[in-house]
Amino acid sequence: MELIPLAPGAESLAAHRQRLGPLPTLPSGQLIAELEASGLLGRGGAGFPVGRKWRAVAERSSGGAVVLANGAEGEPLSLKDRTLMAGRPHLVIDGALLAARAVAADNIIFYVGGEHRAAQAALRDALAERSRDLQGGARIATAPGGYVSGEESAAVHFVNAGDARPTTIPPRPFERGVGGRPTLVQNVESLALAALIARRGHAWYQGLGHGQARGLGLVTVSGAVNHAGVREVEFGSTLGDAAAAAGGVSGDVGAVLLGGYFGGWADVDQQWGLPLDAHSMRARGLALGCGVVHFLPAQTCGVEATARIMTYLASQSARQCGPCVFGLAAIAGATQRLGARSPKADDLERIARWSGQLTGRGACRHPDGAVALLQSAMHVFADDFAAHQRRRCLTTSVPARVAVA
Amino acid sequence: MAETLQIDRIRCDGHGLCAELLPELISLDDWGFPIIKAGTLPPSLVEHARRAVDACPVLALRLASMTPVTQRH
Repeated sequence: MELIPLAPGAESLAAHRQRLGPLPTLPSGQLIAELEASGLLGRGGAGFPVGRKWRAVAERSSGGAVVLANGAEGEPLSLKDRTLMAGRPHLVIDGALLAARAVAADNIIFYVGGEHRAAQAALRDALAERSRDLQGGARIATAPGGYVSGEESAAVHFVNAGDARPTTIPPRPFERGVGGRPTLVQNVESLALAALIARRGHAWYQGLGHGQARGLGLVTVSGAVNHAGVREVEFGSTLGDAAAAAGGVSGDVGAVLLGGYFGGWADVDQQWGLPLDAHSMRARGLALGCGVVHFLPAQTCGVEATARIMTYLASQSARQCGPCVFGLAAIAGATQRLGARSPKADDLERIARWSGQLTGRGACRHPDGAVALLQSAMHVFADDFAAHQRRRCLTTSVPARVAVA
Repeated sequence: MAETLQIDRIRCDGHGLCAELLPELISLDDWGFPIIKAGTLPPSLVEHARRAVDACPVLALRLASMTPVTQRH
């Protein structure tokens, strides 16, 4: 396992060095070229190419850039970032140090959720052990809870002003971020993978994966499985493989939530052979996102589960942009009524219309992600939504158990 | 250079003047917040668009020569 140690607890610096050797000393340009050739995509959710992001910051940096290692894992169904930081803090620090060299940054900020106690502690201890490497240029910033606080402009805003709400872009962080300086905001798993690619070269990463897919990453498997948790997978392994890695599905499953609350629902039978891989999933209208795989028990109503998620996402609006504040609240209300089989006459028609109107109408992509999830639900659970509009439920109705933070 | 209308969504309070002055391109949602038709501004509407920009009480509307691209970490 590259990203998760087999033994519990944080890997020590000695064990880390014994396993991987010292931090490599590639010139900046060569490291960025390796990352580009590796095809590594960001693992925070959006899947932006990592090498291209580093290059954009490096080109704007004149020595005073900032690296913001993003470990504020606000996605309720994702545990991978906190698990990685708690288990291999030195690998994350390696990635941040390499990034700082590559983009000529003199300041590294580890942005970690306050509720991720084990990750905070592991990172704090590891930073103390690395004080010689870091030369006082690194610190931990404790991210407040909340779904949007890990959004990249929100992370920068928090460090600058103590306010973890997204800001209007442009400027984007790579142009003007922390302290007005070019800032690389990079998810911690992306940094850990970059640290491995820096040591082993792009060919190593390209040599991993199944079928057309390349590379490896972390997924969080939950819901109706026997052993829920974080798993390391080579991309291109299938949905069925992810279920097997989590001890197999428990009982009947009908649908699976892929990519988290900004991802979408899919039919398990149709997608059992789906390659877990950003490109393959995008081609099927799905998203790998941050690697959430959540199996919905067949006896749980998809409309109710979706209503809970929409209610949560509406509650997590940063409450800055009208379409998000009012639109998501209205959508959540109508979806709740549908879930409870007590809809108004036109609730189903209204959520269809509203969900088509919100994309691109917030400062950040919170409304976009929320309506994408709803639209996938209305597709996968189409019969169920229609039944609920008629005050019926096609599923034996037990309370949905989608975890909400 | 092709121009587009952009809204600072954080500033926008849903006053709705823009939709009155430029109904060809701007409609309002059920809560009074603007929905802008996608694409670049036709030259025939540039003057009207400038008037809408000037009329916004919170300076949330602007004409820009590039399309914003959002990106998440």
